[in-house]
Amino acid sequence: MIWQLDVIILTLVIICGLAAISIRDLLGAAVLFSAYSFMMCLLWAIMGAVDVAFTEASVGAGVSTVFFVAAVFRTTRSSKD
Amino acid sequence: MDAPVLADMLDFVIAKYNYWGIAALMMIGLYAMIAKNNLVKKIIGMNIFQTAIILFFISIATKWDATIPIIIHGHGAHAHSIHAADYMNPLPHVLMLTAIVVSVATLGVALALAVGIFQRYETLEEDNILEQLKADESNLR
Repeated sequence: MIWQLDVIILTLVIICGLAAISIRDLLGAAVLFSAYSFMMCLLWAIMGAVDVAFTEASVGAGVSTVFFVAAVFRTTRSSKD
Repeated sequence: MDAPVLADMLDFVIAKYNYWGIAALMMIGLYAMIAKNNLVKKIIGMNIFQTAIILFFISIATKWDATIPIIIHGHGAHAHSIHAADYMNPLPHVLMLTAIVVSVATLGVALALAVGIFQRYETLEEDNILEQLKADESNLR
């Protein structure tokens, strides 16, 4: 484990998480959540959990984003908070 | 408090930086689940909370100066001894693999419920849904 990379990507994960819940556009929130999932996948690859990392890359960053975009497409894109 | 004790405490806090990040992520998810008004934001908060817990388990499995849990001399090398300290602990990885699959299933159910609520009430905001529910209730009386 390379701790410098770990600290940088952990910070990016927290920033992406904060941005995903604070943005008003729901499609933007879905894309930021996808970025969050991908950063989390990188973090797990750094920590040596390669099987968990590629499952997260396909399921978390791939399928979840498709679900969110489909849900936003079928409902509304704007949010009050 | 004298300086060496303070330095020890600072070392302790810095050495556990991963757990501080995990606590921050869990609080972000909890805040989004409780305080956000939009249903999709609540679902994103739930997912952030779940991934924070998975990250906690993966952090437990990590060792310094260890490699990924695949045995280096795979076949026909039984003379080599295997040291557990050279490999990350694979047991939490396998447990969390199941947790990721469960989390995507809960995400699908939650989004399906949110789409159903939108088709019934024409909004995703929690306060508007509660107002409409109250109006329905008073109409019934």
